[in-house]
Amino acid sequence: MPTIAATRAKAAQLRAQFEDAGAVPVETPVLQPAAALLDLYGEDIRGRAYVTSDALRGEQMLRPDFTVPVVQMHMEHGATPARYTYAGAVFRRQEDDPDRPNEYWQVGYEVFDGQDPAAADAEVFCLMRDALAGLNLRAATGDIGLLMAAVAGLRTTEPRKAALARHIWRPRRFRTLLDRFSGRTPMPASRRALLRADDPMRDAPPLLGLRSRAEIEARIAALRDDAATAPISSEEVALIDAILEVRETAPNALEHLRDIAVDLPAIEQAVERLRMRMGALAKRGVDVDTLDFEASYGRASMEYYDGFVFGFYAEGRPELPPVASGGRYDALTRVLGQGAEIPAVGGVIRPGLMLELEGAR
Amino acid sequence: MTIKLGVPSKGRLMEKTFQWFGARGVSLSRAGSDREYAGAVDGIDGVELVLLSAGEIPRELEAGRIHLGVTGTDLVREKLGRWEQSVSPVAEMGFGQADLIIAVPAAWVDVNTLDDLDAAAAAFRARHGFRLRVATKYHRLVRDFLRSHGVADYQLVDSQGATEGTIRNETAEAVADITSTGETLRANHLKLLDDGLILRSQATLFRARGALTDDTDRATLAALLAKLGVD
Repeated sequence: MPTIAATRAKAAQLRAQFEDAGAVPVETPVLQPAAALLDLYGEDIRGRAYVTSDALRGEQMLRPDFTVPVVQMHMEHGATPARYTYAGAVFRRQEDDPDRPNEYWQVGYEVFDGQDPAAADAEVFCLMRDALAGLNLRAATGDIGLLMAAVAGLRTTEPRKAALARHIWRPRRFRTLLDRFSGRTPMPASRRALLRADDPMRDAPPLLGLRSRAEIEARIAALRDDAATAPISSEEVALIDAILEVRETAPNALEHLRDIAVDLPAIEQAVERLRMRMGALAKRGVDVDTLDFEASYGRASMEYYDGFVFGFYAEGRPELPPVASGGRYDALTRVLGQGAEIPAVGGVIRPGLMLELEGAR
Repeated sequence: MTIKLGVPSKGRLMEKTFQWFGARGVSLSRAGSDREYAGAVDGIDGVELVLLSAGEIPRELEAGRIHLGVTGTDLVREKLGRWEQSVSPVAEMGFGQADLIIAVPAAWVDVNTLDDLDAAAAAFRARHGFRLRVATKYHRLVRDFLRSHGVADYQLVDSQGATEGTIRNETAEAVADITSTGETLRANHLKLLDDGLILRSQATLFRARGALTDDTDRATLAALLAKLGVD
């Protein structure tokens, strides 16, 4: 393991590189109010971040990442366009793997600029790539926006689309819902019985708690509506599956996705964004012909990415997390900005992992 | 040197444990008054009885301060990260059965599965402006379970006792708790979710992995396990 001093020096060097690229250095407090993070990530963040509290400020979290405080800072008093860089320790609870550090350094670069999203995506990716040059890492790329566009374009009801969109980042529940909405899995017996009853509330025991009778009735009405709706067609499910299975070099993936878009025109714009991004990457010297693209990449991370996603991995060291990762998170700015959205893309590098790999060479 | 056996310090769990060992020729008893947390072991030499709260036994095993301990599977999994690395189950003892389950008000006729709970949580959050609250003391087990099943828009609220009452008091909308018979649930107008079983637990004799370095102690442990018929 590299020493803290060595990691700090490496981080300073990376941050200087990012400053040279036009970023303004920023700092954020280590202790973050828990409310914003909990609101964003839900209970899952408690399994990942250290929580502490005092009587005055309530629950606080040891910064699990910089993205949220940097976005908040920018939305409060930053002028767009803006580029920021930062370096510091982040803290992650580890409950299962003692080999994973619970405190490590990140150096990041965040771009808030809606002028040319493809160029901004390429800018972040290439800065990371250049900083990692010589380590011989494999780049993985993907685009969550494809799946989001496909869901939005399904020929089905808005509540179903909203339910699927809500679980884009939870692959297992997404699959369960898709199977249910398409009639691939039968309705559970309990729900069939509920829908058959004339007055399901008649024999119910006394109601306790905050969730009201009106809320229960509203959900029963929604379930009845849903049961009366035609299933999502097997053709459309097959198209979603086809998107999720795309895993090849970027040009082949683009070709493949264009074929899918013939039958699913809703993804045309997302496919076009991929084409423009590939152009922007090529312009910066990336060999896109050999670049890996995987449409489902980055879905299981908790990062709220909703467009381009990427990671850099050490070949032959599958136990290591990505040395660098990042992506586009327009949706995060929308949630944190209460409606005000700023196109944003960013990435982080772990200087400690870089040193470890450099030492191993 | 002696090897240390940790046993729950009170109640039915202690009595049943004493009976279980007694039936196998190892007699355990509290020394002195009822308030003293010291005990005596007859029937084998070199074993010391330590009376502890069942909740502390997992950590004591992990730390190697006791070498054998009786506690619930639920407590071991809740309190120890990578529990298989630090303790190993020696024998299931056939009592203290309890299931960790998720329950909701029985009047929620629209909620019977985790699927329903997730959908109800989304609607609840949109309506009330905060996440649906699940009261529990098993934070890690419940969070891992709900995350792996893709349930969102809930929050855990801590409840160290009388968990079933939290819904009536409107400090929670659902509970995740230990139930042995379901009687408490029914009495509180609650019901199980069809797929809401998180863990089946029972009183189990655990041993700490790699806690013994002394040859005499190792021989004592082997003799004890042989006597108990669990070697």
